[in-house]
Amino acid sequence: MTEPLLKVRGLKIGATAYPPGEKPVAIKIVHGVDFDLEAGKVLGLIGESGAGKSTIGLAAMAYGRGGVEITGGEVWVNGRDILKENLRSLRRLRGAEVTYVSQSAAASFNPAKKIMEQVTEAAIFQGKFTKAEAEARAVELFSKLGLPDPENIGNRYPHQVSGGQLQRCMTALALCPEPDLVVFDEPTTALDVTTQIDVLAAIKEAIAATGVAALYITHDLAVVAQVSDHIMVLQQGDMVEYGTVDQIINAPKEDYTKALVSVRSIKHEEKTPTDNPVLRVENVTARYKGTNFDVLKNINVDIHPGQTLAVVGESGSGKSTLARVITGLLPPREGQITFDGRVLSPDLPTRPIEDLREMQMIYQMADTAMNPRQTVGTIIGRPLEFYFGLKGKAKQKRIQELLDEIELGDGFQDRYPAELSGGQKQRVCIARALAAKPKLIICDEVTSALDPLVADGILKLLLNLQKIEGVAYLFITHDLATVRAIADSIAVMYQGEVVRYGPKSQVLSPPFDDYTDLLLSSVPEMKIGWLEETIEHRRMESAGN
Amino acid sequence: MHPILKLIAQRLALGLLLLLAASVLIFAGTSILPGDVAQSILGQSATPEALANLRRELGLNDPAVTRYFAWLGGVLQGDLGTALTNGRDIAESLGGRLKNTLFLAFWAAAISVPLAIFLGLLAVRYKDRWPDKLISAVTLTTISIPEFMIGYVLIYWVAIKWRMFPSVSIINESMTLGAKLNAIAIPVMVLTLVVLAHMMRMTRAAILNVMQSAYIETAELKGLGMLKIIRKHAFPNAIAPIVNVVMLNLAYLVVGVVVVEVVFAYPGMGQYLVDHVSKRDVPVVQACGLIFAAVYIGLNLVADIVSILANPRLRHPK
Repeated sequence: MTEPLLKVRGLKIGATAYPPGEKPVAIKIVHGVDFDLEAGKVLGLIGESGAGKSTIGLAAMAYGRGGVEITGGEVWVNGRDILKENLRSLRRLRGAEVTYVSQSAAASFNPAKKIMEQVTEAAIFQGKFTKAEAEARAVELFSKLGLPDPENIGNRYPHQVSGGQLQRCMTALALCPEPDLVVFDEPTTALDVTTQIDVLAAIKEAIAATGVAALYITHDLAVVAQVSDHIMVLQQGDMVEYGTVDQIINAPKEDYTKALVSVRSIKHEEKTPTDNPVLRVENVTARYKGTNFDVLKNINVDIHPGQTLAVVGESGSGKSTLARVITGLLPPREGQITFDGRVLSPDLPTRPIEDLREMQMIYQMADTAMNPRQTVGTIIGRPLEFYFGLKGKAKQKRIQELLDEIELGDGFQDRYPAELSGGQKQRVCIARALAAKPKLIICDEVTSALDPLVADGILKLLLNLQKIEGVAYLFITHDLATVRAIADSIAVMYQGEVVRYGPKSQVLSPPFDDYTDLLLSSVPEMKIGWLEETIEHRRMESAGN
Repeated sequence: MHPILKLIAQRLALGLLLLLAASVLIFAGTSILPGDVAQSILGQSATPEALANLRRELGLNDPAVTRYFAWLGGVLQGDLGTALTNGRDIAESLGGRLKNTLFLAFWAAAISVPLAIFLGLLAVRYKDRWPDKLISAVTLTTISIPEFMIGYVLIYWVAIKWRMFPSVSIINESMTLGAKLNAIAIPVMVLTLVVLAHMMRMTRAAILNVMQSAYIETAELKGLGMLKIIRKHAFPNAIAPIVNVVMLNLAYLVVGVVVVEVVFAYPGMGQYLVDHVSKRDVPVVQACGLIFAAVYIGLNLVADIVSILANPRLRHPK
């Protein structure tokens, strides 16, 4: 048997944590992982955040991000144990034999340099190609990756191309020096779903065309199923399961893998609209100060008591702006908002306190939505004092009730946000919103920053609370799986307009308008060959037109 | 019009406006000083008639607004008025002084700016190791000691003990450039030591801040060496904050050298200003104030414009 390109044995990775006021603690991130990767094959690494996926990926370049250190084991690349090499020879490996594609191309490109210079830099520096050769290869890669105007796109600066284009440029950057192995670290996670599918297809074709091997890191099993030959499932630094794509998604052995495959287990029966919506948005048009175009154009939607309206769309479609208009942060240019039968004042400062109480918000980043120097008890207690004047024992009792409702139980009152996990933080934010006894909660991408299984728990909690408290949700998201799970009605937004609106069953059934069709068909399915089928289908459709 | 030209034009207009506001403040400030210029020129024994005559002659009886515009009009035509004490044209005597001050400031800047940036880069390269700590310790020490103290220490060692350079920095038009440089060597050293720390620390902080960016990791994963990463990927993105602090220090080299000029008897603006303040020569004080304000505003304007030009998003709009 020939030696594999990448051979990892007993890989152990750790870091040092610095808890405030305590001695530094050594923490273990990866506890001994073994795997092989043959030349030209693609291995998918999958798991939740904190599972050690990126850390393992970077270990293939003997690189530790921040304070991360590789503490043991062997990493063999092309027959050499790179953990035994010094920095000088590692620098000849990085950017030449092994290259890296990061999650955020926008942050990973130097804003002050032209794209071409950055794409060809490693290949030239490592002596693989001359400048002219490297540039010719870059143009070829740009064209292979489906970038517009491949001859000239390299002359632009990173901010002059779109996010999806920049992510393809990053792939070109990684492929330019003709490496043996590319580490793809969540390369499509930050993209809109309609952009993701094209980038995914481009990456897959480029891998096939260049015959390079790849480690493909993602938390999205449906995505990794499209590009990989094998999949390794990781959980908290341990390998849970390793197998072919087919085996992992069709016949998972371990419980954890089964949970990942069957995520979004929520079944939600759609409720019928009532006659009296709790919130009615009528003919709302809005624009930001100092701009000359409308970010919202003539929006009309209703939310019914105890029900959920999901607003879905890509970034920049105006979803969050709609929330800002409803809460009064951005007064509309035209149109009005009726809440519980009364017309709301367009801007926040002139709204009475009762209006503020009845409408609460939960945000995407629970981290930044809480004061890090206040305890959970203080955070939840604040609306109780502010809206209801609760004090002392009554307040404590109510805080505990709320903590019970969000399934956090005893002992959380005195904790600080930094001591909570991502899911727990979001639960505290939910409790804070509930404390005001609102009629409507606006949820702005509340599960987007969470791992699938954790997000699932949050969605279940929200649905459960809706049943008990009768609160309505305006649920802003770009994730169609979430929408399917919880919505009663759906508004699809595109470039500031609602292009499709109605009860869930109706919005998600054909015949579709063009945009909704594109959106729905772009959501990766956990099925081998989905990507090819969809791309092929689109090609045939556009050829037919 | 290219948006960047518009931005720069805006900055220039704002700078002019600011200078105008500064001229108002300078004029108002010197006008409300207690005492009477005529009295101080003629002395305690002057007769009331003589005082009244002189006031009329100097236009002191006119309303302040009229006097301000008369002064401003003169300034715009290059006429800074005449000194009360010796009756000489201010613009003429100030011209030579300003040239000397700029000469000293230029050489101090020519040495301190590249040195500070180089030391800042070096401190980043060896972050938290002994070169970094040594650079910080030395520069922070020299900025903490009052400049006249440094001046006297250097005079003691360099001029008296080692006899390398003269302790008095009197220069005149007839000297060669070499002779002039020899004369100002010690004050240049003093000024360099005084401004070094600020610029070095800012360079270090700005580059360290950029070093946290994801694109620095990209560069590391290309296998580039540390110095190359700092020079090629970090420095171009740290220019704006560095230029700002460099310009502030350049302004200080022009405006703040009063003490150093006095210590070394250097015939610059600072000494000229101090002389005339003590003699209550208001027109000279006003003229010096206006020039200092113009230098400050002008250099900060340059910093602003460089920051704008250094931003690729502004230089190359979508």
